[in-house]
Amino acid sequence: MGDARPIALLSRRYHFSASHRLHTEAYDAERNRAVYGKCNNPHGHGHNYVVQVTLRGPVDAETGMVCNLGDLDAFARTNLLEAFDHTNLNTLKCFADAVSTTENLAIEVHRIFARFPHARLERVHVEETGNNSFDLSCGEPHAFFMS
Amino acid sequence: MIFLTRKAEFSSAHFYWNDSWTQEENERVFGKCANRNGHGHNYTLEVTVAGEVDPVSGFVVDLKELKEILDREVVSVYDHRHLNHEVPEFKTAIPTTENIAVAIWRRLDGKVPNAKLHRVRVYEMPDLFADFYGESTHG
Repeated sequence: MGDARPIALLSRRYHFSASHRLHTEAYDAERNRAVYGKCNNPHGHGHNYVVQVTLRGPVDAETGMVCNLGDLDAFARTNLLEAFDHTNLNTLKCFADAVSTTENLAIEVHRIFARFPHARLERVHVEETGNNSFDLSCGEPHAFFMS
Repeated sequence: MIFLTRKAEFSSAHFYWNDSWTQEENERVFGKCANRNGHGHNYTLEVTVAGEVDPVSGFVVDLKELKEILDREVVSVYDHRHLNHEVPEFKTAIPTTENIAVAIWRRLDGKVPNAKLHRVRVYEMPDLFADFYGESTHG
């Protein structure tokens, strides 16, 4: 492809299954039920989540890649799948002070993949079900809490 | 401005190999993709063009014409072929999903009348795809 290194976006989807319950100590029981509906049922429920991460970078002239998929998959296995798959999200440290909504999950996933050392994270897309999905673009994820 | 996306599919064989590396290096970097006998995928191509809606036809582009362009420029060249051995651009570039997206952009750029090529997305598998938005973004 010559000396110019075109910039491409590479997207990879990962799957994990987890339970959760939407509930905040800031509300009383009645308000939790009103706000979160059946997602507030006391014993929790679960989803098959899909995490789609998009990385941006020059296509390496030697490998033809934005980043090595083996590196990305290993990083995802260690930092995403082993941490989240077949867990109760509410028991995880990252949800100790945050409701385990998929918005907050997307923010956590963004934090995780922002540390991937081999390519720049462009976007995180998290599907809770086939009908619900959440997107977080590059930038400081904390800004989303404050806006 | 309206963005219009057309899909096409092709099934191809490929392998990853850098001639300037040893076999060991190729296998270390590319893993099972370095098997020189090749392997294959059902690729899905999504081509997005941007343009204004023609007030008479109501089209951004004639979808039939866009389909014919994709068939002529890409599918007829890639489908049921070995990318490394039979497609000229991959004599010098490894047919990764990223490079396939770049190569398809170069095949299509300027070929779609009345619309601007906006994005080429290539799915190697449902869980892996690459996007290319054109040559203006170089590293």
